[in-house]
Amino acid sequence: MLIPYPAFIGVALTMLASQAVFATAPQGALLFERHCAACHGMEGDGGVGIPLNLNDFLAVASDDYLRATLREGRPGRVMPAFPGLSDDEVKAITGHIRSWSDDDSPDYGTGPIQGQAERGEVLFANHCASCHGDRGQGGAGTGVTFSRPRGAPIEAPSLDNPGFQNSVSDAMLKATLLRGREGTPMPSVAALGLQEQDADDLVAHLRQLNTGSGAEPEPVPEPVIQFESSYDLEQTMENLKQAVVGRNFRVIREQYVEQGLAAEGEENTRRVMLYFCNFALLNDALAIDPRVGMFLPCRITLVETEGSVRVMSINPKNLSRLFNNQQLDQACQQMHDLYEEIMEEATL
Amino acid sequence: MRKFAFMLVLLMSPMLAAEDLYMVRSQLSFPEAMTVLQQAISDSGYQVSRVQRVDIGLTTFGYKTDKYRVVFFGKLAEIRELGDQQPDLLAYLPLKIAIFAENEETILLSSSFAHLRSFYSSPELLASFDRWETDIQSILDRVRMVQ
Repeated sequence: MLIPYPAFIGVALTMLASQAVFATAPQGALLFERHCAACHGMEGDGGVGIPLNLNDFLAVASDDYLRATLREGRPGRVMPAFPGLSDDEVKAITGHIRSWSDDDSPDYGTGPIQGQAERGEVLFANHCASCHGDRGQGGAGTGVTFSRPRGAPIEAPSLDNPGFQNSVSDAMLKATLLRGREGTPMPSVAALGLQEQDADDLVAHLRQLNTGSGAEPEPVPEPVIQFESSYDLEQTMENLKQAVVGRNFRVIREQYVEQGLAAEGEENTRRVMLYFCNFALLNDALAIDPRVGMFLPCRITLVETEGSVRVMSINPKNLSRLFNNQQLDQACQQMHDLYEEIMEEATL
Repeated sequence: MRKFAFMLVLLMSPMLAAEDLYMVRSQLSFPEAMTVLQQAISDSGYQVSRVQRVDIGLTTFGYKTDKYRVVFFGKLAEIRELGDQQPDLLAYLPLKIAIFAENEETILLSSSFAHLRSFYSSPELLASFDRWETDIQSILDRVRMVQ
């Protein structure tokens, strides 16, 4: 049987299109599992990251918003940017997230919403600031996290974040305000007794928030904090223990660097580590970011080389840059200062 | 001048991307994931030197889980050699993977060495960074893919 030429083209295009669908859907699931599920959960339920499978979220979040969010991330707010993903990969992940909803992506215009920002500022202070912060900086901590009950409200997003501001359209902001978000503490403006014009004014205000995106980048901190000790290895270790305890840490263990790797009795005894912990600080850090295991436990390493003793630790300020968490950066600054104080006291 | 300023900014804040923090979710329970992790480490030619508990007191502080560990691992000869050539790197050795429970699933976390690369120039050391990154990702992928 001969297929008429236009019909043949149509069949071919349909086959190609369905192949593309088959290629995209499973790839999107795999890519989501690889890049997103660790934080957002396999089904988008949330975890370290916010829940993505909420009906009210997917009803107002456009594919453009999701794609821009993947590209830009949320600087300083845990959600990283993914510059290494191709456009097709970003599209596949977005398609996978969209598959959790029966709704198509909303089609928003790009035009600005006209509203009175001054009036919106007052409305924001009265109705939004208690969750989103007085400057729209958002709630503290990460999403649901392993450490909190699943039913607990998620942390309010940062509305002044440059990644958010660059991803969201005025129309999506307005749609979110009009709809609210069931499953989170976010109410609709109607539930707050407000009108559509109030939503427009709030959008105008949100667009004027200071994103701080013009801040100067800071120099990259050295990866290791190091001191040379005036004492021998044994005395430096004793000094360290005293300095650690004097700052309300508990000594957990002293061990050779090679312990557990070399046979017992064959370790290099001139390379040793001191582990210590302050449980209150640890719990504060876990509340900021449950991934802080990468910094734990606190440790200082002593190495004797050619008669001198070097005392060193990781620099939490350097490692913290991997986590994209501004709150964690502040905690790491404190930890850096503590490490320096301890090592200085033990070595001078 | 503008080019110089651009280069300065690049030097001051090298790009660290999402891919530099390795984080995977395993659908295995915590004890099962821990078993697979240790086997994967061993199969990759490394030796687990210690499993450190980080959970002491967590539940008394109101946390929902006490399953949080850091698994240290390495190769003796490699650590000895690096300790001779680049002693400051011992602050980052042995290598480690953090593992913690999230409900019925388990999250594993480690990192690339992107945050160290701009401070070291030895080709041998940079090759070690490359190898560790490949091995750690492979270990994490293996745990992630076991159903």
